[in-house]
Amino acid sequence: MKGLKLSRVLTYVGAVLMALWILVPIWLIAVSAFSTRQGIFDFPKALLPNPFSADTMSFFLGATNVLPSAGRSVVVAIITIVISSVIGAPAGYALARFNFRGRDVFRLVIVSTRAFPIVILSIPIAVAYIQLGINDNVFSLALMHCALALPFTVLVTSSVFAGVPRDLEEAAETLGCSPLQAFMRVVLPLALPGLAAATLFTFVLSWNEVFASVILTSRNRTLPALLVAQLDESPLNYKYAGGFFLLAPSMVFMLFIRKYLFTLWGRVSR
Amino acid sequence: MTTRRTNLTPYLLVAPALVFMAIFFAYPMVEAFGLAFRDNDTGALTLSYFQKMVSDVQFQPALTTTLLLIVILIPIQFAVALAMALLVNAKLKGASLFLYIYAIPLAVSELAAGIVWFNIFTNNGFLNSLLVQSGLIERPFLFLSYQNQGWLILAVVLAEAWRATSIIMVILVSGLQSIPSDYLEAAEVFGADQFRKITKVILPLLRPSLQVALILRTILAFQVFGVALAVAGTGISLLAGEAYKWYYTIRNPNVAAAYASVILILSIASTVVFLVGLRSKNGEAL
Amino acid sequence: MAEIQLNHIIKSYGKARATNDVSLTIKDKEFMVLLGPSGCGKTTLLRAIAGLEAIDSGTVTIGGRDVTNVPPRFRDIAMVFQSYAVFPHLTVWDNIAFGLRMKKLPDTEVKKRVEMSAEMLRITDYLQRFPAQLSGGQRQRVAVARALAMPSGVLLMGEPLSNLDALLRLDMRAELKKLLRDAGATTVYVTHDQVEALSLGDRIAVMKQGVILQCDSPLRVYDHPVDKFVGGFIGNPPMNFLRAAGLAAIGLIAPPGYDLVGIRAENLDSFTSPMSGALEASILVVEPLGSHNLITAKVGDEFIKVNTRAELMPEPGSKLWLKPMPDKVRWLK
Repeated sequence: MKGLKLSRVLTYVGAVLMALWILVPIWLIAVSAFSTRQGIFDFPKALLPNPFSADTMSFFLGATNVLPSAGRSVVVAIITIVISSVIGAPAGYALARFNFRGRDVFRLVIVSTRAFPIVILSIPIAVAYIQLGINDNVFSLALMHCALALPFTVLVTSSVFAGVPRDLEEAAETLGCSPLQAFMRVVLPLALPGLAAATLFTFVLSWNEVFASVILTSRNRTLPALLVAQLDESPLNYKYAGGFFLLAPSMVFMLFIRKYLFTLWGRVSR
Repeated sequence: MTTRRTNLTPYLLVAPALVFMAIFFAYPMVEAFGLAFRDNDTGALTLSYFQKMVSDVQFQPALTTTLLLIVILIPIQFAVALAMALLVNAKLKGASLFLYIYAIPLAVSELAAGIVWFNIFTNNGFLNSLLVQSGLIERPFLFLSYQNQGWLILAVVLAEAWRATSIIMVILVSGLQSIPSDYLEAAEVFGADQFRKITKVILPLLRPSLQVALILRTILAFQVFGVALAVAGTGISLLAGEAYKWYYTIRNPNVAAAYASVILILSIASTVVFLVGLRSKNGEAL
Repeated sequence: MAEIQLNHIIKSYGKARATNDVSLTIKDKEFMVLLGPSGCGKTTLLRAIAGLEAIDSGTVTIGGRDVTNVPPRFRDIAMVFQSYAVFPHLTVWDNIAFGLRMKKLPDTEVKKRVEMSAEMLRITDYLQRFPAQLSGGQRQRVAVARALAMPSGVLLMGEPLSNLDALLRLDMRAELKKLLRDAGATTVYVTHDQVEALSLGDRIAVMKQGVILQCDSPLRVYDHPVDKFVGGFIGNPPMNFLRAAGLAAIGLIAPPGYDLVGIRAENLDSFTSPMSGALEASILVVEPLGSHNLITAKVGDEFIKVNTRAELMPEPGSKLWLKPMPDKVRWLK
């Protein structure tokens, strides 16, 4: 009995250590982001902002281009969500509901493009955009982000739709619904939470994306692109505040998404 | 064959996605090779861009550092991810809180993760602060100087491990959850201890998940970019960073595309290696 | 009038034929049970009637109207699913009203029908609850209420009781029988449970591998199975089958062309001493079942199951003499 308790305690210790491995770096960037300009250069450093100050954050947010870039990031993410949902969700529904010829091939294509190197896609697309004269705008960048998000959207929506029993849809049809009505009245309301989580994932994907963003934009930067392009010349307080500003939404998003992590990634990975 | 759902419906639903992917996946993939191996003016096949890339002084270091990074990074990540997954699966009180915490980096951008670890490793960062305060060293050590390549790589490895282990953890946890508890109870009844349960039951049953995670992770590791740039700046060179440099700073898309095709070939090669090396009987991996 | 006619229905999945040229007429207000083991095509047939399954060839008519290419919503049917298919995002009330609203019935009519149907199924107290707050049995009642509320002449039921536990199933079976008789709709009921089929159906269509082997009244199917499969599938214990030749010794001569005899366990008189016209059997197992005993015995090299009076309690290994009731002997090919 005693041995059992000991192993329980050790398991907890392990779990807490792992949690600290994740949390301590986040804490430290928060400390830096909420120190004064002077505090950032203090050495040795304190583990609490001393004094606590919003100066660094407001300096960052007040810097030229930061807020417009952040706004652009949001716009790009929203366009990405809209396009990838409009294009991807029907395909996901088809995968979940229909047994059609070529279904397995289609699924394989989707699955194998899910980890497709963005580096490879970005450079030829950038060249093509310049030739077409559509480089450096939010819509073009969103299209590129869609390419990243689409395999993910298709697989996630397909697992979400597959989670709504076929019977419910058929029941609705025997009760007088057309296939479209059955979808709108029964499938969609039930799939909504899962679809919302998928949407958040797409948002995070686009909000975080660096390589394509910095390659495809020059004046109309998104926030990560702006930060990367200025990495060499930006002062420390700007950097830390920027890092924290990029990171903060992700912690909140994860709070909403975590329930779906496994229905999303579990099924996707198989 | 003429009742309600005609067979056309699924194809109509799938068509937009296929068209989109043809434009944004198939075209750039082919065009990457086109840019890399076709002369800009004449359109004739040429190796000149490729030669330019190979003879560049940064090519050799970029290739070796990328491979080195992967060789160090992947085992660390899998060890950590497996530990996390087993801890989450151990049905601790508060397991969902731990899961949330472990999953946070899943949503953290490469760039933010890089800055987070830059904050630790930089000259007047938290690591130096800790070492000086505890009296281990007298003055800050320049971890991120390009002269200390070993430390630079280690810092990038830690940052990337911190950021990208969550995804493996999630895949492994969902793999663990799909293992029927009967198997573990049976193993227990037949006298397996905790260690044997893990090595003899859990790991073999987890193989499909491990394979998927391995493939995903390796492909993504070939593209490490933002993390390295934020942590090490131009201190170390990686394949993706070189592609960026050639496109953006030097403004030579052809050499950049040559780098891109190298990454593509390495990704495909590693996928094949893992598929064949960890072959499962029914090919469930992909 | 809601007579259902199925004409030469063929449906294949890949190479396998789920239904192989099935024709069946279900009379107006008749209760037809489709019975068979899983994979026999009974569910495919039901879904073909509902319009949920596209058939390869053949026609379906309901009430004289060819509905082969008509989508489910225009077929004037109501259906109860095995999984109940109660909408989890709607209250019980809204579930029952769902179809009525789709048909754009006036609100007063919707209310009237919902309440009536809820009362019939005794779920009036749960009308404002969501399905997640109900037990399996209650959800099942909602599913039936939803179907009965529909003003349709055809009721389709796909294994509606199979997800209930045994006791509840028994109760619900009796209740369904009464409800459906009162409702007076043409009913097609799919099940793999022969007891359910016997207890509910006006007629039973026994299916195997995509064809209907026999379609008759329950008693007829039980008493006069057309072949070994039907006799073995219906009844508990299954009908005994013996080689016809072995019965010549006790004076039962098979008509020409028949080489098998089928006899049910309750249609054998058993004696503990030799008796003319009786087969000698050695007892293997005796199972006391309260009302009677079920004995497994061996006649020559063939096994046979016999029901005996509860008082008759022979030892395994002893002999028993079995005399078939002559009018209950069925000759089969």
